Amino acid sequence: MKPEILEQLKQLIGKEHVQSSSASRLVYSYDATPGYQSMPDAIAVPGSTEEVAAIVKMCNENRVPIIPRGSGTNLCGGTCPTSGGLVLLFTRMKSILEIDEENLTATVQPGVITKSLIDAVEERGLFYPPDPSSMKISTIGGNINENSGGLRGLKYGVTKDYVLGLEVVLPNGSIIKTGGKLAKDVAGYDLTKLMVGSEGTLGIVTEATLKLIPIPESKQTMLAVFDSMERAAEAVSSIIAHHIIPATLEFMDKPTIKAVENFAKVGLPLNAEAVLLIEQDGEEAAVSKDMKKMQVICQERGAISVEAAKTPLQAENLRTARRTALSALARLKPTTILEDATVPRSKVAEMVHAINETALRFNLTICTFGHAGDGNLHPTCLTDARDKEEMERVELAFEAIFEKAVSLGGTITGEHGVGEMKAPYLEWKVGSAGIEIMRAVKQTFDSNNIMNPNKIFGKDTRKRLVVKS
Amino acid sequence: MTVMQEIKKAFVERVDENELMNCMRCGFCLPSCPTYIQSGEQEIHSPRGRIAMMKAVRDGMIEADEEMRNSLDVCLGCRACEPVCPAGVQYGHLLEESRAILQEHTAYSATQKAVRHTVFHELFPKNKQMNRVVNLVGFYQRSGLQKGVRKVGFLKLFPKGMQEMERVLPPVQKEKKRQYEQKVFEAVGNKTATVAFFAGCLMDTMFNETNRATIKLLQMAGCEVHIPSDQGCCGALHGHAGEKDQAIEMAKRNISAFESMEADYIVLNAGGCGAYLAGYDHLLKDRGGWQTRAHYFASRVRDFSTVLIEKGLEDKVNLVYPSTVVTYQDSCHLRNGMNVFHEPRQLLRQVEGVEYREMPDASGCCGSAGIYTIVQPDMSLKIVDDKMEKAITTNPGVIVTANPGCLLQMKVGIERSGLAGKVEAVHLADFLLEALS
Repeated sequence: MKPEILEQLKQLIGKEHVQSSSASRLVYSYDATPGYQSMPDAIAVPGSTEEVAAIVKMCNENRVPIIPRGSGTNLCGGTCPTSGGLVLLFTRMKSILEIDEENLTATVQPGVITKSLIDAVEERGLFYPPDPSSMKISTIGGNINENSGGLRGLKYGVTKDYVLGLEVVLPNGSIIKTGGKLAKDVAGYDLTKLMVGSEGTLGIVTEATLKLIPIPESKQTMLAVFDSMERAAEAVSSIIAHHIIPATLEFMDKPTIKAVENFAKVGLPLNAEAVLLIEQDGEEAAVSKDMKKMQVICQERGAISVEAAKTPLQAENLRTARRTALSALARLKPTTILEDATVPRSKVAEMVHAINETALRFNLTICTFGHAGDGNLHPTCLTDARDKEEMERVELAFEAIFEKAVSLGGTITGEHGVGEMKAPYLEWKVGSAGIEIMRAVKQTFDSNNIMNPNKIFGKDTRKRLVVKS
Repeated sequence: MTVMQEIKKAFVERVDENELMNCMRCGFCLPSCPTYIQSGEQEIHSPRGRIAMMKAVRDGMIEADEEMRNSLDVCLGCRACEPVCPAGVQYGHLLEESRAILQEHTAYSATQKAVRHTVFHELFPKNKQMNRVVNLVGFYQRSGLQKGVRKVGFLKLFPKGMQEMERVLPPVQKEKKRQYEQKVFEAVGNKTATVAFFAGCLMDTMFNETNRATIKLLQMAGCEVHIPSDQGCCGALHGHAGEKDQAIEMAKRNISAFESMEADYIVLNAGGCGAYLAGYDHLLKDRGGWQTRAHYFASRVRDFSTVLIEKGLEDKVNLVYPSTVVTYQDSCHLRNGMNVFHEPRQLLRQVEGVEYREMPDASGCCGSAGIYTIVQPDMSLKIVDDKMEKAITTNPGVIVTANPGCLLQMKVGIERSGLAGKVEAVHLADFLLEALS
């Protein structure tokens, strides 16, 4: 970065809010994606929308890449500054501006930590459902840009279902407001939805108005253990077919169960092929009725055991099994690659089998857990980034998994985003015409390609493998 | 070779690459880190950022410059990041080794050298010197000098952290009164265990009363308490400050002092020291025959609260305290290093008259962290002020702690928030002893 640009930045927002030392650049050179690291040229911490606009305009004029960053927890290389440039932080823009109890909305700045918003609205008996696993760390700005999902996605939807309006700084420095505190609004294209999940490639979100709903009155939890993946999948399908939409419907496959049991000793049977964690929330009597029905369904579908929690503490213990999945797996090997291939929920069993076969074929350790209710799986590969030969096999294995997911009517990413990591596979999902129109959208917003370059759109598309099964 | 090249070489040779690789940069440690939060969420003051810098120095991506050193200095070493780490990264070990390397390659000024030498090589390792200094403190307090000095404003010449500390030091007993009358204290009632008491350096001088209280409680729980002679400071302060070689010498001395005694447990009442003693096996892992001896020593280390619960103190005595709201501030190393947090709370709940209320974020560091109060006064005071705000929400009469540093820091916090006289900070052992009598 040219010294005069750095100087201009300092004049725009104050020198104490601009960093460019090697240590500070180093600590913003990565996110949570294995294998991605690249130093930015500088870091800026703006304090207002106007400051963001001034920075963006200046960067646009000077063709300096901008990488907006929340807490850097994303898993697709989305916040790694792979073309250098300026990392934009929102640690000075982290206020909850308003909780409007008449319109049931919250208006927030992008730097608000997801969990603090959830806590703040729950204090008032309200509910903000999107709950990515990183919610204690992640920011709302990051969630909006990645369209984050979470455990409650099946029943309550994901981030996009809760964003009503945005304030966005466009690459030319102009500020637009989309949507509002409105349940209905069809004035023109839905730019709000376009911005959600745009991974920082179109503009900078500087304020968001989010939808809130009343908090469910009660919640119950149970754990069902199966000796075959098919039976567990049948139970999932049957639950939905009985018109029950559970609040949580999570599963773990055999390798994950083994790792969790070895690590946390929660009493899971090691001969189990699949475990389902099932929760329902809502009005107490209705919850009890649903839980009873689901218990019967699991038993009819051949569950080895179904354990319902009687106290909050028991519920917490049952949840521990699923919650420790990542911890149990992450400590087995130095490198943990967590993917999020997603299929229609009727195809979950087939997809899990395909993943296990792929692991065998490429001689890799891949454990799968995830959100059975919405078909969002987390095949997790345990490996060592220093082993080049194995890393090549890992890449081939994930290609096979993406290919299989797409062929089952699924997608290459359910909630982590495309970023740079999955850019070569995007065409598999959306087709070349799809890529073309997306590129045209990008070009219209950001003709100089300064907004998080290299993300979403890869240089080349990977050739599709032919999967023989 | 330049200094920077030497540092890089040392990182390659000594900082465990596997441990660095285990960090998957998920960021789960961020919300647990007091310096990340208090610095306004600056990644450079987070565990993830610090590990990334260590790896980058090792890989030759950056040099270990002033800014990186400062980041490691600002770290409290509270290890709150360890229990929340999905990959189980042993951050404390990485920090200690990195600090040791940087410390070995630091050109200190003559004054700094002299101070470090006195503190780390003369004062803490040598019981006699420690006694002398603490005697001076006692003299200072009793002679009227303390009053005079405060009046004249002499303390303003000292760093902020030391000024705050001066006000809250406990009244020191005369050296004669501090010496134990015997080497073995008999169990009261049926003997349930033989324990060797680790007296510590500061605990045994400045906080001698607390040691006596601890011994008495152990006796009441049926323990025969031995105090092996030749023991000394645990070496934690040295280890945390990068003086690893000195720490190893002190570990060896303690291992030798305790191993002839076939005690069931080695018991102490300071979380900071306890976690360090329990980590002797790691400290001495490449030291030949010492490793097995260190492992045997480390495996027997227990906090006194664990032993009191295990030996059923509550069934043997009546614990009664005048009706009071009590809250508990975790000692970081007791909690994150020794996994002891349930036991002190359980003991407090067993006291009749105590209404126990958990403060929000009780597990978060209070900002004491060894000599941190003195070397990083600004951050330390920020953290303790935040801590007091949270403690006050329970409206406590007493804040109980289980480590001398935390105790002093809580006292500082009470003074600063204007609650002196209304809220007391007390060590768990002293509190329980009072409930006993």
